Amino acid sequence: MQRGPITRALEREGTLAFWLLAPTLVILTLFIAYPFARGVWLALSNSTVGEPGHFVGLRNFEKLWDDTIFRAAALNTFVYTGVTTVFKLALGLWLALLLNRHFRGKSWVRAFILLPFIIPTVLSTLAWKWMFDPTFSVFNWLFWKLHIITTRINWLGDPNLAMTSIAAVNIWRGVPFYAISLLAGLQTINPDLHEAAAIDGANRWHRFWHVTWPLLLPVTMVVVLFSVIQTFADFQLVYVLTGGGPANATHLFATYAYQIGIGTGLLSEGAAISLAMFPALLLVVVFQLWYIRKVENR
Amino acid sequence: MIEGARWKKWIWFYLPLGAFIVALLFPFYWMVVTTVRPDGELYRPWNHPLYSPFWTSHPTLDHVKNLVQETLFNTWMWNTMLIAAVATLISLFCGVIAGYALARLTFRWAGLLGTAIFVTYLVPQTLLFIPLAEIIRDYRIGDTPWALILTYPTFLIPFCTWLMMGYFKAIPKELEECARIDGAARWQAMVYIILPIAVPGILSAGIFAFTLSWNEFIYALVFLSSPEQKTVPVGVTSELIRGDVFFWGALMAGALIGSIPVAIVYSFFVEHYVAGMTGSVKG
Repeated sequence: MQRGPITRALEREGTLAFWLLAPTLVILTLFIAYPFARGVWLALSNSTVGEPGHFVGLRNFEKLWDDTIFRAAALNTFVYTGVTTVFKLALGLWLALLLNRHFRGKSWVRAFILLPFIIPTVLSTLAWKWMFDPTFSVFNWLFWKLHIITTRINWLGDPNLAMTSIAAVNIWRGVPFYAISLLAGLQTINPDLHEAAAIDGANRWHRFWHVTWPLLLPVTMVVVLFSVIQTFADFQLVYVLTGGGPANATHLFATYAYQIGIGTGLLSEGAAISLAMFPALLLVVVFQLWYIRKVENR
Repeated sequence: MIEGARWKKWIWFYLPLGAFIVALLFPFYWMVVTTVRPDGELYRPWNHPLYSPFWTSHPTLDHVKNLVQETLFNTWMWNTMLIAAVATLISLFCGVIAGYALARLTFRWAGLLGTAIFVTYLVPQTLLFIPLAEIIRDYRIGDTPWALILTYPTFLIPFCTWLMMGYFKAIPKELEECARIDGAARWQAMVYIILPIAVPGILSAGIFAFTLSWNEFIYALVFLSSPEQKTVPVGVTSELIRGDVFFWGALMAGALIGSIPVAIVYSFFVEHYVAGMTGSVKG
């Protein structure tokens, strides 16, 4: 067969690989690596919208350190991530175990419960904002009818309650993802193992704790780490539900960065707030890479 | 499994499952009811004697009419569709060939590049949106669909690459070797032998990428400013709320209709979607 020079060049694996990876690398360099470098530069300068600014060292970060709203946002982010992750994992695992049994209509149930995850977050969050409305809240109506409350609960307007309300929506949205991913993991576990354990006299709890859980752990770890990164960097829920209020009580890193960087145009300070997420994210990513490698080499 | 008494099954199985289903689906029911509820009924306080949460006696399509005729909703739908489709196609093209290279070719830096692409997969949009906004302005593509068509691939390509690597690794090497013994060039073996086998994987990646682009919010919020350029999530949140006034009927109608394209794609390809989702975490 006759072959042109290009085909012949592409016979070398290295050359072919280079051309196959080139488009990806160009896009990722232009829109991830370069913005990251720009972000670091911004965070170390004093740029505002329309003003290029000059190098100021770590002054932006020093300013953030003394900023009580930033401290509150940082604390919120860690608590929000931790609390919602625990709930999402527990409820998601429970739902996965329920779905792992045989019952009629299972495929329908499985298809429908994923809706919170697939429907655009902002749009479903708007429905939650409406359900949390101080004057028209359906939850208030329900609790009132059940004689649990006599006066209204201001779900998003009460600084002590708003973060809890936001966390509830996050859990609502995240549980299906956990459940379906963990279900996929559960389905790879050989039922013979359960049977063997049952014959050896293990009760339901022991079978879960000594058979299911250890075998499910690799999938669980990956799901949790993904979810932690997403939750830590969350923006949409807070933006739609409270916009960071009342009185800046519900800011996360991302929403505070948006408010300072885009809202008031202090680009450098906004970029510094975004970058403040980086060490924690890096830690999670490094841990994840280490864990995947460990599992693969087992 | 040993079956207990019937009531035990109710308490331990049907009841919790039912509670999960109600809790997970109620907000969508609420969206539907609000969409068809007339304003007079909509704005009755929660402790009003006539507050009827679960049904409406006078269903109306006024809010939908309002949304379609009085706002730019149709334009937002079209923008979102176009941006999601083009960004998905670009990402699929890049992701499929990159995934092929990383999964099936041996070359220097393969491991390092694979790790690098995986790491970019984990970069959240909120980390880089401020410098990216600057760059978008420098490239003079701010407030155009290109701002999103070019930036969405940054989170879609790593995802597609990662998912396709898993698919390609599962295809036996012998298939390519047979084709090459029969005289096919390396790239021909890839295009004519391996890619057709990987179609289910490509479909999963495409569907998942499409829903991810439809869902994206912060880039669309920051990079677009004029109302007629916006996507559905941004248009609905920014244009249907005037100061403190929320047009709840139209908002819920927008949320409902804005979800339909995603829901349709999802309903046709549930299995592919689930495969994409679980594949993305299993790697």
